[in-house]
Amino acid sequence: MTTPLEPIADIGGAAQPLLDVKGLTKHFPIGGGLFAEKKIVRAVDDVSFQVGKGETVGIVGESGCGKSTTARLLMHLMERNSGEILFDGQLVGATFSLRELRRGMQMVFQDSYASLNPRLTIEDSIAFGPKVHGISDKAARELARDLLTKVGLRPEVFANRYPHEVSGGQRQRVNIARALALKPRLVILDEAVSALDKSVEAQVLNLLTDLKRDLGLTYLFISHDLNVVRYISDRVLVMYLGQVVELGPVDAVYDGPAHPYTRALLAAMPAMDPDERTMTPPISGDPPNPIDPPSGCRFHTRCPFAEEVCSKVVPALSPVDESGHLAACHQVIPGSGHSRAPVLEAA
Amino acid sequence: MTERLPSAAAPVVSVEDLTIRFTGERTVHAVNNVSLSLGQGEVLGLLGESGSGKSVTMRALMRLLPRKKAQISGRVSVAGQDVLALSDTALSDFRGKVVSMIFQEPALALDPVYTIGDQIAESVMRHEGKSRTEGMARALEMLDLVRIPSAKRRLAAYPHEMSGGMRQRAMIALALACKPKVLLADEPTTALDATVQIQILLLLRELQREMGMSVIFVTHDIGVAIEICDRVAVMYAGQIVETGSLADIVRRPIHPYPRGLLAATVHGAKRGARLETIPGTPPSLDVAPVNCSFSPRCASVQPRCREALPPRIDLGPGRFSRCILAEQSVPEPA
Repeated sequence: MTTPLEPIADIGGAAQPLLDVKGLTKHFPIGGGLFAEKKIVRAVDDVSFQVGKGETVGIVGESGCGKSTTARLLMHLMERNSGEILFDGQLVGATFSLRELRRGMQMVFQDSYASLNPRLTIEDSIAFGPKVHGISDKAARELARDLLTKVGLRPEVFANRYPHEVSGGQRQRVNIARALALKPRLVILDEAVSALDKSVEAQVLNLLTDLKRDLGLTYLFISHDLNVVRYISDRVLVMYLGQVVELGPVDAVYDGPAHPYTRALLAAMPAMDPDERTMTPPISGDPPNPIDPPSGCRFHTRCPFAEEVCSKVVPALSPVDESGHLAACHQVIPGSGHSRAPVLEAA
Repeated sequence: MTERLPSAAAPVVSVEDLTIRFTGERTVHAVNNVSLSLGQGEVLGLLGESGSGKSVTMRALMRLLPRKKAQISGRVSVAGQDVLALSDTALSDFRGKVVSMIFQEPALALDPVYTIGDQIAESVMRHEGKSRTEGMARALEMLDLVRIPSAKRRLAAYPHEMSGGMRQRAMIALALACKPKVLLADEPTTALDATVQIQILLLLRELQREMGMSVIFVTHDIGVAIEICDRVAVMYAGQIVETGSLADIVRRPIHPYPRGLLAATVHGAKRGARLETIPGTPPSLDVAPVNCSFSPRCASVQPRCREALPPRIDLGPGRFSRCILAEQSVPEPA
């Protein structure tokens, strides 16, 4: 006798963040052969943030900024060097197993084809997880068909197809259905709509919005597309070379970016108006290599406002205002020594 | 001599009824009766989603399609030359000298075992009969032109030693080394980061103006097209469904596909509000179209859309739509 899978219980109540990440760090050693010098890629370096229950938090940044590594660390798909990941107040370990974590947290990847087993039918792929978690074959298949309906794919048409027999947008719906099969509370969407055509992207974004409302989900939405992140997120995290440079409510960050990198990123978005074409590039050069990143503030090599302090001192994430809008820039840190920084009030 | 040159008003590129079919295990009707023209110094955007036939059309302009598998019919004329009739020798003179192409992934398009300088110099030596020294001098000049910092040092760099943005600049330098009349750009900024993409777009815009080149720019991103194009042709299922000036396509699209595409952009959409979508997915191209390919997804579909191919309705100079809805927009003859 098997019981249908129940969603895992809420433990800490609404006030406790669903995800609490503290000082997350991942360094990849590279090289170090017989003659090669050993180097370290600082992919994720001291990243801290929280995701509240029912919230959608977006992570934006360019390639190599560590956003996908962060996602993989959260899923425990790779070992972190240091830092804590608390899921609803619990650390994976003695009382909370990895298996339980994976039920509570699921992920959808960018490449819809690579993330499905080509030799399983769509139905089998979706039913696989529940079966591993002790659901009978029959119940798991019923669940799979039910989920296919939820993501807008008619089970009688799609259940017995193989991944190569459906389009990219449909495959991404299958991946979403599979992620939902274990009734997770948090879904990490890592560039989940980036590979889709625009007309299909809008369909999948609408689906994600509906599912979130119907199933009470929490999303961590990782993307390089600033428009999509603004549309879907409540709060946003901007990453640069493995660090969070700005964090806050999405409108506060988009309307009043405090970090020069965020400003450049926003200014680099195509204008969408033939009369308002971009005339000058907001910053020059490519992002530096995360191997041996610049000292101090990692953005100082490309920053138009860089001063001496920027190359020497690492700026901490500091409040820009009262709204929970934070930026890691010496220009917003009172008394940082930057000429544009607010003056420290004399005590 | 003079009569062989196209007149100033004649288009640099003119494609008529281009149809491309790939044969093999299954047949793919990749491009169906595409006609387009590109004026001197004009930037034409070819906008469409994956599988709409935009890259295949571009490759046909350079005859880069596999000879055995691709059946090509129609007429392609570039700078007065009949491209489909060129001999192999004429073709290698034509590529790089008359038409050049830049690709989405410069790491794959550049030769990994030669330095950037060597690759540019080789092209100059081959097409202009210059010496290696002269070729290297041109290479340096080109790297400066595309604003590669410390260009002299970069001449000796291999592609893998450069960042993505630098590699795309090097690719542009190589493509423009012999001052081609036409540049074909196939999603050249798609693989780049946002802050790098805008730099490359601005560079291309500037070089195009300085050199007076004609450009066909393939993209799936309306935002990118808006930054660089003068005119836009929208492709769907291997056909051009609408073409017109950038402002016409962005502000006054007629065909429901570009209309839907513009409505479906997330840009400026209110958070939580539902996005407009185009239902369904593009058709498979296993059979040649016999009716409007967009009709299964179209909200304004009428019975005659399903009965025959939609007519091409001309709406003015350089503007047409393949949709019966355009019938109401035809300007009165003066």
